[in-house]
Amino acid sequence: MTAAVFFGCTFIAFGPAVSLFLFTIAREPLRVIFLIAGAFFWLVSLLMASLVWFISVQISNKESVSQQKGLLIFGVVLSVLLQETFRFAYYKLLKKANEGLLALSQEETMPISIRQLAYVSGLGFGFMSGAFSVVNILADSVGPGTVGIHGDSQHYFLSSAFMTMAIILLHMFWGIIFFDGCEKQRWLAVAAVVASHLLVSCLTFQNPQYVSSLVPTYVVMFFMGVWAFYTAGGSLRNLKLCLTCKDKDFLLANHRPR
Amino acid sequence: MDLLSNKWIVYLALCLFVAGINCNSVENKIYVKLNYTVPCVRLLNSTHQIGCQSSLSGDVGVLHVLESEENLDFVLRNGRNPPYMVIMESSLFTRSVMMKLKNGSSRVAGVAVVEPTSNPPDGFSPHTRCPNENTGVYSENYGPGLAHCNTTKWNPLGNGLSYEEFDFPIFSMKDDNDTQLIRQCYMDHNRPMNGSDPQYPLCAMQLSSHMSAVTSTPTCMRRNSISFSMSNDMVCDPLSDQNIWAPSKPLNTTQNGHKANESVIIVSARLDSRSFFSEIGPGAESAASGLITLLAAAHALRNATQDAQLDRTIFYTFFHGETFDYIGSSKMVYDMEKNQFPIDLDNVHSVLEIGQVGLHSSSNLWLHTDPVSMRNSSIQEEVKNLIANLKSAAAGLNVSVTEPGVTQPLPPSSFQRFLRARPFPGVVIEDYNSSFSNKYFQSMFDNADSLNVLYPPNLTPEEQLNHVTNTAKSLAEVATTVARALFIQAGGEKTQISSIKADELMVSRMLYSFLISSNNSWTQEIVGLKDVVHLNNNTVNFYISVEQQASLPTILVKYLLANLTGTAVNVTQENCKNQKESEDDKESKHLYNYFWVPGAAPPNSTERDGFCVRSTVHWSRAISPAFLMENYTTSEYSTWTESRWKEIKGRIFLVASHDLEMLTLGVGIGVLLSSLLLTYIMSSKADILFSSGREPTSATY
Repeated sequence: MTAAVFFGCTFIAFGPAVSLFLFTIAREPLRVIFLIAGAFFWLVSLLMASLVWFISVQISNKESVSQQKGLLIFGVVLSVLLQETFRFAYYKLLKKANEGLLALSQEETMPISIRQLAYVSGLGFGFMSGAFSVVNILADSVGPGTVGIHGDSQHYFLSSAFMTMAIILLHMFWGIIFFDGCEKQRWLAVAAVVASHLLVSCLTFQNPQYVSSLVPTYVVMFFMGVWAFYTAGGSLRNLKLCLTCKDKDFLLANHRPR
Repeated sequence: MDLLSNKWIVYLALCLFVAGINCNSVENKIYVKLNYTVPCVRLLNSTHQIGCQSSLSGDVGVLHVLESEENLDFVLRNGRNPPYMVIMESSLFTRSVMMKLKNGSSRVAGVAVVEPTSNPPDGFSPHTRCPNENTGVYSENYGPGLAHCNTTKWNPLGNGLSYEEFDFPIFSMKDDNDTQLIRQCYMDHNRPMNGSDPQYPLCAMQLSSHMSAVTSTPTCMRRNSISFSMSNDMVCDPLSDQNIWAPSKPLNTTQNGHKANESVIIVSARLDSRSFFSEIGPGAESAASGLITLLAAAHALRNATQDAQLDRTIFYTFFHGETFDYIGSSKMVYDMEKNQFPIDLDNVHSVLEIGQVGLHSSSNLWLHTDPVSMRNSSIQEEVKNLIANLKSAAAGLNVSVTEPGVTQPLPPSSFQRFLRARPFPGVVIEDYNSSFSNKYFQSMFDNADSLNVLYPPNLTPEEQLNHVTNTAKSLAEVATTVARALFIQAGGEKTQISSIKADELMVSRMLYSFLISSNNSWTQEIVGLKDVVHLNNNTVNFYISVEQQASLPTILVKYLLANLTGTAVNVTQENCKNQKESEDDKESKHLYNYFWVPGAAPPNSTERDGFCVRSTVHWSRAISPAFLMENYTTSEYSTWTESRWKEIKGRIFLVASHDLEMLTLGVGIGVLLSSLLLTYIMSSKADILFSSGREPTSATY
């Protein structure tokens, strides 16, 4: 019976990411490769963070509650900073790779734009971090039990799934903003990404008050989404055109050969 | 530097190990694992399977604390959230309740029985009313009127629950923190409030005791021999252990078959018991009373048999697995018939069996004899002689011995297996006339309380060990009677019997070791080093179990018998372990067994003074001959096997309502579908959406 919970949570957490993958990435092999490479970079950052974490837990005083709490905050901050460092490293690598790709390809233009790369790598980061934050929870959601024997909220699985969905989408947005900031040397944007990542991660300390962690996270996600939309070249006018379907360009666009 | 890096590697390995053994925290949020779980397991014989089992992943049910038998209606009919996991006090663990649950098993996920702190006053026996009905001596060919307990039901309280099959798990739980937690969880979540049904989430429990074997012993033994993979996929094992025996004078045990000029009196007790739950088999009266009496008698006879040259050898024997259709005795008789035992049946002069001799508030022992074999006049004469010896031995003691007035069969006893081979003179000593005086025959209540082994309050374990209870006194009297009778029976002088007396302190210590805690200062002195690890602080479990597991009663009896009948010899530890008295001694190992025991520590030292004990204690395999002959459908021998299992566990947790589960699934599907739709639209219109004004940046898209 609790297979229902498992599938429900999986769909919530990964539904948006999977549909993005299906419609925008899966068709093009180069994007799949960059997505997986992005996921790999995120994994390496996690490995670094967990090494530091293991060592610091060992040398800390396990009896002291305040020290363990401090260690947890330190771990989260360190992990966020490492992730952003690796995002930057991945950006540098992609720049280099793109030059190589340009040299190889017969066409004049780059086979993949840096803006697309930003989106693809952000989604790669999101996939992996989402998987790591929710897979062990999903494994236990199969049942037979549900959370709550110690008085915890029984909406634990549902809120974890929604949190994961937000994290995945946020990683995608952060990727777009971050790469754009690097590209245009707008370091403020990069700083905003790091700051909002830190904010969202620290919001999870609010758990188990799921409302007070989920609502701000979704607010941050909304603003990041809007920012990323504009960064990617979207605008209110475009959106209007798109929704009303009255633009001449639209018809033109559909007829333009690829 | 090198050292430092090594240290880091150790740290890392340690971290990973710690992370590996810690349960993950999500699981801890959901489940509370029960610490003390004693299941009822599946046993099989040639035709049936008995016991309990769960599904492969464990049975889950909503908790229901059963308060009375009327309350069963809720479980079996009215409750809205079946199946139910029924928690009950042991006072409700009766045949009528269990049978109702068994018949309504589609609504029952399992049963957990809470062990009480005191025994039920009305008695309780999950065994059958006629134990070992079909493998005793009485049948259509041998005393047909006496077969199948026609004349008397030996265990009138028996409800046969142990021999029922249940298709749900049944566990036993101590009345401890876990049980408190379960009750609390039930109170918080599952109790109907003023007539309305309880709200989700509900408290539930999962019990896992999946049994690999099914149907019957022939089936499971056949499956044992088929190997599906490289690993050995055994599904069941025969119940087996060891018989322990010790002749009163050394016999060459490496030469099997008939011993010329040897006449032995077999004096036996049974070494096993059982209860509904496999890991609880206290057997205080059904096993311990008899074997402690026999050990004490053997101890009392140690000096007498060494000093006087007796005509006959006394053969102290402890049969294992007698509960399960006489495994031990049938094996020994089988070995004697096949000349695979140091003596054969021709050497056996007579048999004296000590059964249940707890003497509940009486001092009367009953001497049971077999009316069928006594039709033979020579046998009758020998039996009368043996009874006379017992009566003269009891003279002057606080016990009286009586024969049952009416013609009745032997009670369930190992002696019946000897009679199946041929007529022997023999007597079975019991503390009852026509039905067990033990109200708790082979139940979990057959414990120290039922045998009245009670200590004054505020005694330390050490003081309890050496406290002589009234039970110890009466058992010592019985042991003295038995010892003196054996001495006369073996040809000793009647004038010497007054010097033979069982030691009350030894009996007390044995009672403490078997019934209270097998790990005490006394057993630590006399149990060999390699077996000391098996001692524990609980009541000894007399369930025979399978051969792979060292059984504590066997170990204890082995060492007790060696220490109580043997002598300390001055032999080095090395020689003692190699079964010889000196470097070039090759003969002793045929006659004796040598145990190196730790001994006591001198007053101002912690180092124990170990020594070598030489005794005639031997052991032989107690496994049903059916498994040697590979004939698993025989009705002549025991065919009991125990199923194997992977995991025994129980845990409690909450279950969410069906509505919430469906809501989660619905939201999930909604999110998936809407994001698919949205992404499709966005990707198909990406050109418009992301064309920032007139800049042709997304031309490559």
